[in-house]
Amino acid sequence: MTRSAATGDARADAMIPAVRLEHVVKRFGGEAARGRGAGTAEGAADSSAVVAVDDVSLEIGDGEFFSMLGPSGSGKTTTLRLIAGFESPTSGRVWLHGEDVTTRPPFERDVNTVFQDYALFPHMSVGDNVGYGLVIRKVPRAERLRRAGDALAMVRLSGYERRKPSQLSGGQRQRVALARALVNRPRVLLLDEPLGALDLKLREEMQLELKAIQQEVGITFIYVTHDQEEALTMSDRLAVFNRGRIEQLGSPAEIYERPATRFVAGFVGHSNLISGEAARTILGADGTFTVRPEKIHIRAPEAEPGPDEVGAAGHVREVVYLGPDTRYLVSLEAGPELVVTEQNLATSSMEALAAKGRAVQLTWKRQHNLPVAEG
Amino acid sequence: MVESRPVKWLLRIASSAVLAFLYLPLIVVAIYAFNSSRLQAWPPADLTLHWFEEALNNPAVTRAVVNSLLAGSFATGVALVLGTLAAIAVHRYSFFGRQTISFLLVLPIALPGVVTGVALQRTFITVGIDFGLLTVVIGHATFCVVVVYNNVIARLRRLPRSPEEASADLGGDMWTTFRRVTGPRLGTALMSGGLLSFALSFDEIIVTLFTSGPGTQTIPMFIFAAIQRPNELPVVNVLAFVLILVSIIPVWLATRISGAETAGARL
Repeated sequence: MTRSAATGDARADAMIPAVRLEHVVKRFGGEAARGRGAGTAEGAADSSAVVAVDDVSLEIGDGEFFSMLGPSGSGKTTTLRLIAGFESPTSGRVWLHGEDVTTRPPFERDVNTVFQDYALFPHMSVGDNVGYGLVIRKVPRAERLRRAGDALAMVRLSGYERRKPSQLSGGQRQRVALARALVNRPRVLLLDEPLGALDLKLREEMQLELKAIQQEVGITFIYVTHDQEEALTMSDRLAVFNRGRIEQLGSPAEIYERPATRFVAGFVGHSNLISGEAARTILGADGTFTVRPEKIHIRAPEAEPGPDEVGAAGHVREVVYLGPDTRYLVSLEAGPELVVTEQNLATSSMEALAAKGRAVQLTWKRQHNLPVAEG
Repeated sequence: MVESRPVKWLLRIASSAVLAFLYLPLIVVAIYAFNSSRLQAWPPADLTLHWFEEALNNPAVTRAVVNSLLAGSFATGVALVLGTLAAIAVHRYSFFGRQTISFLLVLPIALPGVVTGVALQRTFITVGIDFGLLTVVIGHATFCVVVVYNNVIARLRRLPRSPEEASADLGGDMWTTFRRVTGPRLGTALMSGGLLSFALSFDEIIVTLFTSGPGTQTIPMFIFAAIQRPNELPVVNVLAFVLILVSIIPVWLATRISGAETAGARL
């Protein structure tokens, strides 16, 4: 949706995806799993053989901000590590810019990674950390210092060159890790839950900053997160992972407004599920349906639903006052409990809380009933 | 915690007793090194530096010191290379029989020295290697490798893997990554493993007895032989005194290194 103009014009480049995964499977088992470091939380859950990534195929366009969203253990981090080259797939192929890199080690791939634990070199100064990739590429000293300085300026850490990583705060370390990856001007930047260790305020700040940096440098960002809000706000497209598979792939709006499966509906945003007997009673249809809490209206018990609406009677079981919104938990006579959120445009907290125990009629538009697959 | 008065005194007496138990013999040897009489009578009648001169001028003593230094240095060098490589291999890669190899690597330090000594001696004779400094170094390396291996693998297990991955990600091949990232972070483990291995080699006698040749007497062997000749007792005391001083240095260094490490912020 919000792809930068520069990359949008590059039609020729857009033909060849930045990253292409072809039926990639990654299995961890026995000896192999035990030998692995503690750095990979998702591979560590080991019994005998665990399928971390189960037949994943996807294409990520040049200049795209692409997120991989899912709970821990869903295979998103392993997929990222397969792209970086830290893991090699059990089967399937990995392509970068039209080149098959499946068997290439990480140091021969034109991607850079921002690690979840930042992975800064503790024995080097911030300047040496950022300049590491340039030293290895034998970039002359003067140019190296200039580029490292530029990269630090981009993450607003100018003048920190001489500090040691241990002298920085979590947010500053995160930015050093970002500068260290960006200074090499990779064509693809991989980010493994880079904001996971930061507090909420800082995280929201960094989200905006990352998005701005991505638009400034115009390279492909592949972003792993378990935070659905983060994925929705930052991405051009995202893939929702569950048990090693992609459940749904699409733009944030598509994922939120038309969740393909029960899992996606539940994981991305809060969602109410209506299925079986209740679906027949309330909606007059078979299957499983989801309706978002903000689409539902609370009316008086005798209110009639409009011609394009459905209605269901029930009573308010619980009220949670959230400041700008209030969340109501409503028990329906037909069985299920639905969550309803309403903005406190005119209601005060006293009025909202007084609704507890009241009999109500819930109404929502028929078009907001979304059928989902049992995933 | 606040202790009552008797408890405080009891603790002081106990710790003094332990210190005395540990250090009294060392002090006795140190004093005898300056004893003017060739006979070991207590208390020493007069003090002298004469025995130091005699030890210095004794070619058997100097040769033993040189041999010990050479054996210790070479065995430690071999151990640092082999022990580190083995630790990295076992830590990093998963291969068939990894657990077994890890076990077999540590086993030699548990084997009685006599067994190692006999086994090595038989092997050297069978293969046809002349006994000398080389055979002593090989003998010492069998347990020095274990010491370095243990130190390095313990460190590797504690270190997060991600900086090495970061190095590879930024374009560093295996050698670059080891030289710039893994190596520097192993530094103190290599140092303490090396010091310990040198110290072990320096006072080793059992394996040395089985593996040394005619010209390769080490300090422990010299002392062991000399102690049976009353004439040379003063020189033995001097050697013991010097050894005490010399062995304090690596221990002091090792504690300083590990102290600095604990004090430094860990990432």
